[in-house]
Amino acid sequence: MTPRETIFAPASGHGRAGISVIRISGPEADAALSRLTGRKLPPQRQAALRELRDSDGGVLDQALVLRFAAGASYTGEPVVELQCHGGRAVTGAVLAALSELPGCRLAEPGEFTRRAFEAGRMDLAEVEALGDLLAAETELQRRQAIRGLGGSLQRQAEAWRRDLLRAAALVEVTIDWADEEVPENVSPEVAGLLENVEAGIDRELALSMGAERLRTGFEVAVLGAPNSGKSTLINNLAGRDMAITSPLPGTTRDVLELRYDLDGLPVVFLDTAGLRDAEDEIEHEGISRAAARAEAAEMRLFLRASDAPPPEREAALWRPGDLRVWSKSDLGQGDGDISISAQTGDGLPELIRLIARELAGRAGGDGLVSHARQRRALESAREALVRARIMVETAEAELLAEELRGATVDLERLVGRIGVEDVLGEVFATFCLGK
Amino acid sequence: MKHRRSTRAAGDFDVVVVGGGHAGVEAAHAAARMGARTALVTHRADRIGEMSCNPAIGGLGKGHLVREIDALDGLMGRVADRAGIQFRLLNRSKGPAVRGPRAQCDRALYRRNMQSELHAARRLTIVEDEVVDLEMRNGALQGVLTGSGAHIAARAVVLTTGTFLRGMVHIGDESYPAGRQDDPAALRLAERLDAMGLPLGRLKTGTPPRLDGRTIDYSALQEQPGDAEPVLFSFLGGTELAPQRVCHITGTTARSHEVIRRNLGRSALFSGRIRGVGPRYCPSIEDKVERFSGKESHQIFLEPEGVDDPTVYPNGISTSLPAAAQAEVVATIPGLERARILRPGYAIEYDYVDPRALNRSLGVRALPSLFLAGQINGTTGYEEAAAQGLIAGLNAARVAMGGESIRFDRADGYLGVMVDDLVSRGVAEPYRMFTSRAEYRLILRADNADRRLTPRGIEIGCISERRRTAFLQKMDRLERGQGLAHSLALSPAEAERHGLHVNADGKRRNVSDLLGLSDVDFDRLAAIWPELGAIDGEIRAQIENDARYSGYVGRQLAAVAEMRREERCPLPEGIDFRRISGLSAELSGKLAAARPSTLGEAARIDGMTPAALALLLSAARTDGKRRRA
Repeated sequence: MTPRETIFAPASGHGRAGISVIRISGPEADAALSRLTGRKLPPQRQAALRELRDSDGGVLDQALVLRFAAGASYTGEPVVELQCHGGRAVTGAVLAALSELPGCRLAEPGEFTRRAFEAGRMDLAEVEALGDLLAAETELQRRQAIRGLGGSLQRQAEAWRRDLLRAAALVEVTIDWADEEVPENVSPEVAGLLENVEAGIDRELALSMGAERLRTGFEVAVLGAPNSGKSTLINNLAGRDMAITSPLPGTTRDVLELRYDLDGLPVVFLDTAGLRDAEDEIEHEGISRAAARAEAAEMRLFLRASDAPPPEREAALWRPGDLRVWSKSDLGQGDGDISISAQTGDGLPELIRLIARELAGRAGGDGLVSHARQRRALESAREALVRARIMVETAEAELLAEELRGATVDLERLVGRIGVEDVLGEVFATFCLGK
Repeated sequence: MKHRRSTRAAGDFDVVVVGGGHAGVEAAHAAARMGARTALVTHRADRIGEMSCNPAIGGLGKGHLVREIDALDGLMGRVADRAGIQFRLLNRSKGPAVRGPRAQCDRALYRRNMQSELHAARRLTIVEDEVVDLEMRNGALQGVLTGSGAHIAARAVVLTTGTFLRGMVHIGDESYPAGRQDDPAALRLAERLDAMGLPLGRLKTGTPPRLDGRTIDYSALQEQPGDAEPVLFSFLGGTELAPQRVCHITGTTARSHEVIRRNLGRSALFSGRIRGVGPRYCPSIEDKVERFSGKESHQIFLEPEGVDDPTVYPNGISTSLPAAAQAEVVATIPGLERARILRPGYAIEYDYVDPRALNRSLGVRALPSLFLAGQINGTTGYEEAAAQGLIAGLNAARVAMGGESIRFDRADGYLGVMVDDLVSRGVAEPYRMFTSRAEYRLILRADNADRRLTPRGIEIGCISERRRTAFLQKMDRLERGQGLAHSLALSPAEAERHGLHVNADGKRRNVSDLLGLSDVDFDRLAAIWPELGAIDGEIRAQIENDARYSGYVGRQLAAVAEMRREERCPLPEGIDFRRISGLSAELSGKLAAARPSTLGEAARIDGMTPAALALLLSAARTDGKRRRA
């Protein structure tokens, strides 16, 4: 038996929390920790503060690291946990550094849980309970999950799968019945079927970005000059009668995150540092990061409380769909798409409605594919189909059949149906990555 | 070999094989190769190795099986090589993974060569008698009882009774019990299996009428010659070929279809008297005409049954119409207008044992010293039967003489694919091998069967010294060839100078890499590196074929590793699938029927879901804990 690979993945949800836990499990876990820290291993089950470095020696983050011995860990294997500072950039950099280490790879969805289960570390009820805990946080997510698992995705994937099975059957006929009366040229029908499925997958992938957001949360950056009412607005939102789905607001160095359920939409408000031209070098760095974060967000609120022209940096971030918000209606009227009082809360319900309407439009109500794993499966199927279409031309029947088999297995994974090489993976794949 | 009529105390053997068909001969020979004192009991020793159906061996998927049998030093490949009167490599224009060697055989030559192989075998005795019953004492198998009243003691018994279990021949509206035309059926044995509680089902198969070739007018018919350079089955090679023959192709006409439709009511298949299920892929001509009414003509291959035998097998018109109607149909076919029917076609219905009652060694789960192989397990085809015979024979020897059971999985070869399909899914119609059944098709090639299986055979102990030496020498040559292919390399710029187009990525590419390109073959590279010319054709083909699939092999091997990991996760033998809560009634029913012994087997049952597997695994764990406690 080949030795098991060491797997790693964020063990806390991505982009949500102030602290991001990255779990490493497998025989190389300790080796990976040594490589990242360049120092001797801390004792087991004792937190130690370490600098994490990439292979060039560049500091990635300062993290609390923890080791667990085989047999005394979540998965039953040697496990290392890195508690990094939250934020996608830091987590991403650490993950990238890990993936460069020999014998280490990103965990498949649910793979930690699966290993734990296989090692007898948890029984099925526990697995299921964990699943419930991690399941849909909001009503829209719940509805999407139902739609994804029970209904339309399954039907759509089934239809594609039928087309691929038909194509495979046509190809296999030319292979296995070569000594009998083979049907006339099957290539046009095969090519047509492949084109059809490929187009369908393309369509679904295009819609899936919004659907993916629905799961991870839409980010709405709140921007504005210092004292334009950003923090007041955020605090006011927090104080209102809305569900705060993440009770511990996470902090990064530069951006404060708050997670809300906005009419069923998961939304993460980002309170950014004021975007002005700073002289202080450290503050300057903070502002750059905030700008980058704001740019990557789905939507931006530009708060204004005076007639002074907005900072140049800010103007560059504006995208269609963003909102200009006059934030001090209690002090007088000004320019903007909407006028509110961050202080008194006046106009907030309208603002929330506007944001919700804008984001709901982007949630891609028709997109069926939400989980990253589902998208990966679709992308993998599409890649196989692209190769397959070339093979229809070159008449490499057995390779074409192999690609079709691969694409079909991908689709079966998508709906949690069993593939030859995939047994328990599917039951655990309903968890998000790395739980 | 000794050859005798049985007496009352007919002897004491390690292994007794019942039946002298394709499964029986492989089983007996394999057991004897393993060192077991073996008896093959058949009621007609002169019919050992008979090709009861069409006179051909091999084909797609089937040719793979023959190569695998040969790689384990079985008989079928080398006997077919000696009896072959027309060799064709099917799918020659397609990739090597789906090419299948096939041969038309001289029926008499095949029989004769098979019988002389058995005669030459040490430790193998042929007993001409009919086995009527198994002898049991206190639930343990003691041997067999013959029609002449003799007791033959054995530690393990292999049943290869073909279509003889309650066999029933149908021609038109006539039916009579028979195991094969002119041979009696085995009734008492069927009752014994019934009494053992083995689940029995009913299947059917058919044959076409046999024609007198001297009355066929070939002048207007299309000829189908064999390959100019025959590709043989056996890796040992060096066979002197029999005289070669051509086949001819004709087809049914509108008038044939009219006659068939008019007589459908009198066809045994359509009058409802046959309950057994026939194969979809080898339908009777009645079936073809009914189901594909739009088709104007159905192809017929006229296959000679031998060099000196005028009998012709018209492949494509198996039928159970009344004899007179068969004659009428034949007369409507071009070239056959005056053809004389030597024997009418017939359908045969027979009992088979649901193979889910077997383990992976083809032993009966409830009585592991009893093995079943061939049509009795619901398969069709000589090659399928022979491959099962081989596996059953090897394992019978192990049971008799001690040692671990010998199992092949889906990644070992088509042998393993077949056994897994049979024991985990059962059969809904006579099971036939196809290359598309093998998910690891690209690594399970007919051309590399020896590389896959002969080392295993050497380890098992079923390989002759001669084959062992030849194989090890070939592997030496292959290793040298591969070494050369890996050491000779060139840069993209150098490749360009030789007219080979590769990406200008600065990567050096060796011979194997270059062979992976679609427009590069060995000769092209030998022109660049003359030392490649020294590699012989056999080794060259291996290097070329490996290179063609190198991009896929990694992926397939990863899938194989995953599959084997799950195969190693055992489910307890006595687990009660019906008592696992949370399983649907349908699934627990399927599980109870298939009784998978590993998680991997369970995963391959139709309709299995991941959640159900998790329940299974969890139940297995609890069960294990309870037993340990």
